Amino acid sequence: MSSRRPRWGRGGLLLGALALFVGLSALAGLGLGAFEVGPGAVVEVLRAHLLPGGSTPSPIVDAVVWEIRVPRTILGLAVGAALATSGALFQGLFRNPLADPSLLGITLGAAAAVAIAVLGIGMLDVSHAPLGLTPEVLTATRPYMIPLAAFVGSLVTLLGVVALASGPGRLDVTTLLLAGIAVNAIAGAVTGFAIFLADDAQLRDLTFWTLGGLGGASWTVVIAVVPLLLAGLAFVPTLARRLDCLLLGETEAGHLGVRVEATKRSVVGVGALLVGVSVSAAGAIGFVGLVVPHLVRLLAGPGHRILLPASALLGAGGIVLADVLARTVVAPAELPIGVLTTLLGGPFFLWLLAGRRRGR
Amino acid sequence: MKKIHNLGPIAVLISVAIAVVFTAGCSGSAGEERPAKSEQEREAKLRIVTLGGGATEVVYALGHGDTIVATDASSTYPEQAASRASLGYYRRVQAEGIIAQAPNLVIASDGSGPPAALAQLGEVGIRVVELPEVENLAQAKARITILAELLREEERGRALIAGIDEQLVKVERALSGRPRPRVLFIYARGGGTMLVAGQGTAAEALIGLAGGALAAPEHQGFRPLTAEAVIGARPDVILLTSGGLESMGGVEGVLGAPGVAATPAGAQRRIIAMDDLLLLSFGPRLAEAVTSLAKSLHPEVVS
Repeated sequence: MSSRRPRWGRGGLLLGALALFVGLSALAGLGLGAFEVGPGAVVEVLRAHLLPGGSTPSPIVDAVVWEIRVPRTILGLAVGAALATSGALFQGLFRNPLADPSLLGITLGAAAAVAIAVLGIGMLDVSHAPLGLTPEVLTATRPYMIPLAAFVGSLVTLLGVVALASGPGRLDVTTLLLAGIAVNAIAGAVTGFAIFLADDAQLRDLTFWTLGGLGGASWTVVIAVVPLLLAGLAFVPTLARRLDCLLLGETEAGHLGVRVEATKRSVVGVGALLVGVSVSAAGAIGFVGLVVPHLVRLLAGPGHRILLPASALLGAGGIVLADVLARTVVAPAELPIGVLTTLLGGPFFLWLLAGRRRGR
Repeated sequence: MKKIHNLGPIAVLISVAIAVVFTAGCSGSAGEERPAKSEQEREAKLRIVTLGGGATEVVYALGHGDTIVATDASSTYPEQAASRASLGYYRRVQAEGIIAQAPNLVIASDGSGPPAALAQLGEVGIRVVELPEVENLAQAKARITILAELLREEERGRALIAGIDEQLVKVERALSGRPRPRVLFIYARGGGTMLVAGQGTAAEALIGLAGGALAAPEHQGFRPLTAEAVIGARPDVILLTSGGLESMGGVEGVLGAPGVAATPAGAQRRIIAMDDLLLLSFGPRLAEAVTSLAKSLHPEVVS
């Protein structure tokens, strides 16, 4: 036991530092934007909504902070934590450093469904409403079609991949990986065909979707999405020790008393929930799920008890910080967040890698 | 020593976050006067944000161009519109960016979004007017009427529509009884991606008004171009947007595209290009667009 204590100390320090990072990022998320609001006004708005008996500075400031920035920051924290955690989970499950949330076909499956939805919405003649739907119903549901398509698409691809990889009584991880790669290719082809048919506006819709964005954030979205993500994240700590054992190999983990099949299914289920829900709310934000767990491993080693929570924190803070920049760098316009996560995360990761090589 | 070295990168991240928060503090305190000032302004006069090039053109034509405070990236005409604050691509605007321009009216073309952003504008008390889709003459006139009523410029709106009607009747008279050349509209995006316009597109409506016939009438919307489809359509004229012509490498590039050389249009080198916004926005310059296209299709009649 005593040999482990220094690692916990280091891990604790890392988690503390990351928590500070998340806190600062959230402050930036609430305080910064195209519309100028003083720090005092932000605090006043938060106090008015969270504590009894406060008053807000003005209706506009109130709406900007409470209706736009707060839900956006909360959604960013939840999506960032979910994407990074699912990346760590899948890398642990596959014992493969190249694994990321898109490996099981979940992200591209969602993208293919979104492509079909985008084209479908374009082709849909509202005046000849099918299925007995009124034009009003169709117009009203249009905004929800893309998130819904993303969620259904990710779910369908995941179920397909898992069904393919399920033998009698066991889930074969190698088949899971191969099926995921094949499904990715098929989904890519479907998306490609949709891009071929798309007109300029639809093409742009698709491109922007694949770069992700938190622009759809509102309290409605937060209430629909964040509880699901929190439920998934709450389950993750119970997987940490079992994933550590799985790193030794499935048989060895079994000898250590780990219920291997249940663990694999839990990891796939939780990971898919986190990715599917995130993707439907914020599009396909790239890079975070792949690189955040690697960053943490470079700093704290491969143990999942530190890796999982540290990834969640780094992902949460990183996404919110990237979103602050996305909203402010070209204000009053907005950059797609995927551009920033990759543009900032990439060089940072390379710098760490170079430092590690020199350190040896 | 090793521990400290390992936490170095996190320290870098934290200092970046601190820097960003610090910027927030500074810029925030400097700009605290702004909301109050903008509330005074909104009492005084109209401050409009337009999303969509066609809508922007109509607002200018109705004489309210100077009240536009910000617009989207597609609003490139008239030139003054391009100098306004740009909100980026109209389907992906951010609510806060618009609110920061302190508008009291947002005119949103069909497809503006994301829907959550438009809803948030409403919550702040900014009036958002969403326009219906505009892909033919009737819809183009309806948009002018809607905006004229909105801006209390009914007189100018009626004059604008009457002017368009008058010019279109003139074109129609000149063309009556003339054979209608078959026109193929190629929507090129460069990189070898070319689409052909079918029924229900703005291109079809414009070609019809200018005394042409759509050369690919059997399909709806846009379809990818293939050599055989081009030959089968037997176009007398090929029409593109100027941007599209450029992306295909000019007239020679179009003639070199698969199938084009074997069509009447290819044999007679009848390739026409028109400004993207003029051709497809169906704005107040609609009559101008129709006349210009009619001149190209029937050079001997329309002057």
